[in-house]
Amino acid sequence: MSISASDVRAWVGAYATTIAEHRIELVKLDTAIGDGDHGTNMERGMRAAVEKLEATQGDDIGALLKAVGMALVSKVGGAAGPLYGTLFLQMGAASAGRDTLDLDGWTDALEAGVKGVQARGKAAPEDKTMLDALLPAVEALRTAAGDGAELGDALRRSAAAAEEGMRATIPLEARRGRASYLGPRSVGHQDPGATSSHLLLQTAAQTFGGNTPE
Amino acid sequence: MKKLINEPDAVVREALEGIESAHRDHVRVIHDPMVIVRADAPKQGKVGIISGGGSGHEPMHGGFVGRGMLDAACPGEVFTSPTPDQMLEATKAVDGGAGVLHIVKNYTGDVLNFEMAADLAKAEDIEVESVVTNDDVAVQDSLYTAGRRGVGITVIAEKICGAAAEDGQSLAEVAELCRKVNGQGRSMGMALTPCVTPGSGEPSFELGDDEMEIGIGIHGEPGRHREGLTSAAGVVERLATAIVEDLPYQSGDKVLAFVNGMGGTPLIELYIVYRELERFLQGREITIERRLIGSYITSLEMAGCSITLLKLDDDLTRLWDAPVDTPALRWG
Repeated sequence: MSISASDVRAWVGAYATTIAEHRIELVKLDTAIGDGDHGTNMERGMRAAVEKLEATQGDDIGALLKAVGMALVSKVGGAAGPLYGTLFLQMGAASAGRDTLDLDGWTDALEAGVKGVQARGKAAPEDKTMLDALLPAVEALRTAAGDGAELGDALRRSAAAAEEGMRATIPLEARRGRASYLGPRSVGHQDPGATSSHLLLQTAAQTFGGNTPE
Repeated sequence: MKKLINEPDAVVREALEGIESAHRDHVRVIHDPMVIVRADAPKQGKVGIISGGGSGHEPMHGGFVGRGMLDAACPGEVFTSPTPDQMLEATKAVDGGAGVLHIVKNYTGDVLNFEMAADLAKAEDIEVESVVTNDDVAVQDSLYTAGRRGVGITVIAEKICGAAAEDGQSLAEVAELCRKVNGQGRSMGMALTPCVTPGSGEPSFELGDDEMEIGIGIHGEPGRHREGLTSAAGVVERLATAIVEDLPYQSGDKVLAFVNGMGGTPLIELYIVYRELERFLQGREITIERRLIGSYITSLEMAGCSITLLKLDDDLTRLWDAPVDTPALRWG
């Protein structure tokens, strides 16, 4: 089983729908410890990403992911624009010229993207950021591959790890981004960036994993 | 919350169209990507200065585009950083061959987007220097936060650097001057009410009738402390003490004092704040040599104020006094 270019298009479309459905929730999470624009910005950016994909021909997965990244960089704004933009741009660079991705190919691409996010945002684990969902997801993919898991199972395990990482941001004190200005007042709130990152990986498991959503 | 708008999604675009119609003598507007450019840009041989940030802080930054201040401003969505394509467009539009200074307020989004824009501009062989302002003493400056926010000093830095660029100073000199102004400036703000973004329609935080929020930023984010409401004198004592002790400003210092309204506080109250501030500083033998009073870096309709002090020397005073001709700041 592998991920095709049309699967990638379907994933981006499904993520745009998911973000639109969770817009209010993301806005509320961001209002608690940030400035309340995360859901609105991501919805606008993903709408632009879907339009850009529709205008992008071919089945080069790298080119598709880069197109999504450029749309996010120019349409999201805030910190999420450069961070999610970099995630997709680096995933695209790591999968350039490929028309399918197997488990290793997907893991390599996601890892390249997450490294890009780390380099751009200079955050560390447990800083209460999107990395707290993304890093465990990459690790879970590597472990699953080592266990000989098939693609669908590995993707579900990575989505579960991202969800756990997202929930683990609740007791953390933010050390990066606007939430860090609140100091201890950021404790007790789930990070909005980790939430939108969990949704990204959950949507990947649902789109590529061939399973029924929970 | 009642607002004088047509469509929540169209607020930034329609305001930009209003600015374009109202201020054709000062600026021209690029709509995609959104940039407000000085009408006569680029000025050959002059360092270009651009800034940008989320909308909702008007007149900052678009109101400061014109002779003696900014060459271009990039407005983002409300309280959302603008994007690298806007900043690149602005940089290209103002580059007169002497390079371009990016003045960036220290917010994660602004910093990340301006970093990407500077990379893109350098790839097009435009010389760019970036200076990040971080004057807010309400925020603990440590490895464990995103660092102090850039607030009131940004307006003063744009004015002073704009004058230096008109004088023909080099990019390196103007950037160094910007760092000096930021280094000698400190600010702190407070809120009496939250604000409501057009997109959310909800107050940014809840605040009781008898409470005030100390140490707020300019995006409706909650502050560091919530306290019982006190008098204007009490508020000034609270803000000015934190500011003066941070640099510290000392007996004999001459300063520029900037009393800023957050958007919903009338000028009559800002003058009371100024009165209290002058008394407070007199008590510490600090002389206000220059002052700016009004709502220049705002947070939508939030009620409250911020105080910024800049330690002056003859050079900074001369550059502050130099002529400026923008929609929001004009003298000389």
